[in-house]
Amino acid sequence: MISTEPTARHPEPDHRLALDVRGVTKRFRRRRVPGLARSRRRGVHTAVDDVSFKVDAGEIYGVIGANGSGKSTLIRMLSTLLLPDAGEVYVFGHDAVRRPLAVRPLLNRVSADPSFFRAMSPMENLRFFGRAYGLSGGAVRSRSAAILERLGVDGDKAREPMLHMSRGQQQKVAVARAFLTSPRLMLLDEPTTGLDPRSKRDVQRFVAEVRGEDGVAILLTTHDMEEAELLCDRIAFLAGGRIVAEGTPLDLRKGVAGARPLDEVDMETVFMELTGRDIEEDEEEGPDGNG
Amino acid sequence: MATAEGVLPALAPRRVALGWAFVERQTNLWKRYWAWELVWLVYGVVNTLAITFIAKEAGQTGLISARQVSRLMLFLLIGTLIWAYLSAVLDDMSLVIMWERWEGTIEHTLMTPVSRVVHLVGMSCFGIAHATVRTLLILACSLPFFDISFGHASWSGALAVLAVGSLSLVGLGILTGILPMLYPERGEQMSFMVQALVLLVSGVYYGVDVLPGWLQAVSRLSAATYMLRGIRAAVISGAGPGAQLGTLGLLALFGVVMVPGSLVAFSAAERWAKKTGRLKRQG
Repeated sequence: MISTEPTARHPEPDHRLALDVRGVTKRFRRRRVPGLARSRRRGVHTAVDDVSFKVDAGEIYGVIGANGSGKSTLIRMLSTLLLPDAGEVYVFGHDAVRRPLAVRPLLNRVSADPSFFRAMSPMENLRFFGRAYGLSGGAVRSRSAAILERLGVDGDKAREPMLHMSRGQQQKVAVARAFLTSPRLMLLDEPTTGLDPRSKRDVQRFVAEVRGEDGVAILLTTHDMEEAELLCDRIAFLAGGRIVAEGTPLDLRKGVAGARPLDEVDMETVFMELTGRDIEEDEEEGPDGNG
Repeated sequence: MATAEGVLPALAPRRVALGWAFVERQTNLWKRYWAWELVWLVYGVVNTLAITFIAKEAGQTGLISARQVSRLMLFLLIGTLIWAYLSAVLDDMSLVIMWERWEGTIEHTLMTPVSRVVHLVGMSCFGIAHATVRTLLILACSLPFFDISFGHASWSGALAVLAVGSLSLVGLGILTGILPMLYPERGEQMSFMVQALVLLVSGVYYGVDVLPGWLQAVSRLSAATYMLRGIRAAVISGAGPGAQLGTLGLLALFGVVMVPGSLVAFSAAERWAKKTGRLKRQG
């Protein structure tokens, strides 16, 4: 069933829920830009507007929106890197806003840009991030080797500087970094954007396998409809910083199909009909690219 | 918050292991960027030689006596070496945020379950070790060029001043590291300005008594002033730790105020950056 209302709020956090987001709002002050009219210099940009949703343990929950719709701002708030102006975030019952250090061991993240110390090798990078999550050197080595092998990264490449690797290979190491720490909640922020088709398939297959094996909950933001439909149990459409619809991929399609056969209604059509926007159409971003 | 966690709990075994992650990472980066390290080493040696030769020139032109040449050489050599040490520590600490922004790793590093105190203690340990190695190499490369006698030196006095003074230096380094977090576009330049001010007022190449009165007042607020004074007293005049209790006490006071103060300031700045969305990669 499609819900177009925010999830009902509960006073007590549920420790069984992987993620419980309640009425989260984030606004950014516009920065003064010399030369712009006074009216354009002032005011605030609401990047995320009263967003609520829940993700169960073991579930893959997709957040779909155009560039600038608030996906990355939402992910950064869930990652404890950005404080919401209003609302609450609970990760397995822990308050992510007030007790970030209690939440951080439970989650990890893959972003659209691999973001590594480029002069260091994959193993040196993984060793640092693994140790920062409290893993021993031996555990980092064995887990990294196993994950990289499953992702199809050549063992010899793991000792060369990252800057010698292709974008697709770097992104696979980013996926390895995130899963190395055995997170219970994984935040995947457009993990396959800009990847070649083969790397994209490798990453998608790995994500699907890991969910099945370890029961990790995954929040996936994307504007790739096919990917969302392939991987996600439920999907939320984000437009203008608000969740405008939420449901299983099938429910969302049924909801807008009307008399049309379901196979004639693809997710792009569903998105356009429910949000009134094209997924490829960029929305206005906030200051410093805080969208 | 830094205040709640304090510095001592940061020494618990698990936290030592977490802090070690940063020491190890910086060591790996240092090895990977060895060519830059070589550049800084050569620059440090050349800088030390160029400045210390001024004393020789002053002797040859008859401006000062032969005995004064030796003293001035030692004075300038200590100044350049301590400045190499100070600037290496300050550089490493000011890179805490800046380097992560360059590489794009800032969000991934700051969301690891490591408290900021442990993170900064780890970075400080590397900074001090790195600065010590670089300074010793500069000293080793420079010494053959001069006929300098360390016969009167009290090494225990110099080490005591250096060790206690390094605490306040770490505090200053953490404070300069805040600037790139608050001002992503101009913070780096601001950090260099702070370093330049420390160089001017702390008596690196001259005694602070040659400065105008108002700058002498500013020099009293710089821990580097007391560090340089203490190390010169130890190496040139042989003042041991016992004879330098006043200087050591002042430096300890600087450390006691600046280390917790800078940790609290860093936490407050991080919270502000998290509110305003500045805690993100550039580009």
